[in-house]
Amino acid sequence: MFDVQKVRADFPILSQKVNGKPLVYFDNGATSQKPQVVIDAISKYYSEINANIHRGVHTLSQLATDAYEVSRNTIQNHLNAKYNHEIIFTSGTTFGINLVANGFASLLKAGDEVMVSALEHHSNIVPWQFLCEKTGAKLVVIPMNEKGELILSEFDKLLSEKTKIVTVNHISNALGTVNPIEYIIKKAHGVGAAVLIDGAQATPHLRPDVQALECDFYVFSGHKVCGPTGVGILYGKEEWLRKLPPYQGGGEMIAEVTFEKTTYADLPHKFEAGTPNISGGIVLGTAIDYMNSIGFDNIAAYEQELLDYGTKRLLEIEGLTIYGTSENKASVISFNIEGIHPYDIGTIIDKLGIAVRTGHHCAQPIMNFFNIPGTIRASFAFYNTKEEIDIFVEAVKKAQMMLS
Amino acid sequence: MTIKEIQDEIVDEFSMFDDWMQRYEYIIELGKSLPLIDEQYKVDENIIKGCQSKVWVHGEEQDGKIVFTADSDAILTKGIIAILIRTFSNQSPKDILDANTDFIDEIGLKEHLSPTRANGLVSMIKQIKMYALAFQSKQ
Repeated sequence: MFDVQKVRADFPILSQKVNGKPLVYFDNGATSQKPQVVIDAISKYYSEINANIHRGVHTLSQLATDAYEVSRNTIQNHLNAKYNHEIIFTSGTTFGINLVANGFASLLKAGDEVMVSALEHHSNIVPWQFLCEKTGAKLVVIPMNEKGELILSEFDKLLSEKTKIVTVNHISNALGTVNPIEYIIKKAHGVGAAVLIDGAQATPHLRPDVQALECDFYVFSGHKVCGPTGVGILYGKEEWLRKLPPYQGGGEMIAEVTFEKTTYADLPHKFEAGTPNISGGIVLGTAIDYMNSIGFDNIAAYEQELLDYGTKRLLEIEGLTIYGTSENKASVISFNIEGIHPYDIGTIIDKLGIAVRTGHHCAQPIMNFFNIPGTIRASFAFYNTKEEIDIFVEAVKKAQMMLS
Repeated sequence: MTIKEIQDEIVDEFSMFDDWMQRYEYIIELGKSLPLIDEQYKVDENIIKGCQSKVWVHGEEQDGKIVFTADSDAILTKGIIAILIRTFSNQSPKDILDANTDFIDEIGLKEHLSPTRANGLVSMIKQIKMYALAFQSKQ
């Protein structure tokens, strides 16, 4: 049985006061808070086994290496990847996307097409623009409708033999839309295109099965799934990871180096040059274990309750518009109030202890689509409560009163 | 009045308020009294891009002094601009260049002028000083 008060007790930061008020943390889309087990694991790593990995013959190095590789296996199981060498540690989602986009430069030529969607975060747009500039490939955009859903009939039309890679997010960070990636993956494979799924916003809410999805790449960040910052995962199908060239050169990623020629290490090390974020990598495993101990079925059911309740309560406010009204949504509510700038509301409710994101959410094309400067985004996690939503709604009403 | 005198006057006004709500309500009031930039100057080249709120500023020389007008799409930002314009407008380029904005700390709005705050205000002060520098070099 899911008990939110019990879960909240795992997160020390949630009992804090901000500006003299109890913290209401609704900026989970930006980063999640960390449970005590994660905080303790970071300290334990540095207190007990800190050493460089994959190098030393000494005991500490071996312990650190084992812990790092155990974490890789944890993530492999979590994603249901076929092999553990398909799991590449990165610094985060952005790095993972850049690694793949950079690798595709050797596979594309002028006239090829790279397909993104209108719902993407800048980090799933800009690396592909770099790729297009480098190769002469064309960037093609899957459009969306007024509800913030991708228009699949348009996607079907845009897809062709020229399409070499399709890259979409699993869940939109700005609107919360859950994209029909199963359909997109299947169709894209039909024309021989690879598919990258940006799972940064999805992994906090659900457990992806990369074999069932059949996606070629799946990327996410540790810090959004209760893990530390500066660590993330790139899953890639073995055949694709073999095809792509290394992204960075350095130690760890080589088999043999002479001044004439260097041969690369096997997967996954080929993509893990230099000393990685060892503590981050190990503790990401701890975070994933923690999330699984709560259970993603519980998380999804509870967050749906929060989303329904939050939507209902916010719509009580006069002049409030919600952006992103798909039936299939994660616990994210992006909204504006008529005649008031989102920045003003964010500033005032901050004084009332409430943390939300305001602005364009690094997704300016979406804001341009709706012709707005930005939105206020409340994104709920499994440790939030309906009582917090009540406090939030009252705070927004107060801000509205002050500002209009 | 000198910039310093105006700043002291503003600090005095804000000392009447006990809490942030009153301060913010006053800022919102001030925002409504901001000498608005003429529509012809509300163009992209006068826009200062903060991450979230847009700020426009325009400066004009009048009898050796600079008169500023401005606008923003966010009302709190606008209120703080009104405070800044009140201190910097109708002053000589030299006085503007010599002045600082430390008084903002004293009225409890420090966080709004933090370089990491995405509201365009810090860039706006830079812009005001740029105007002063440009007019000074012409004099």
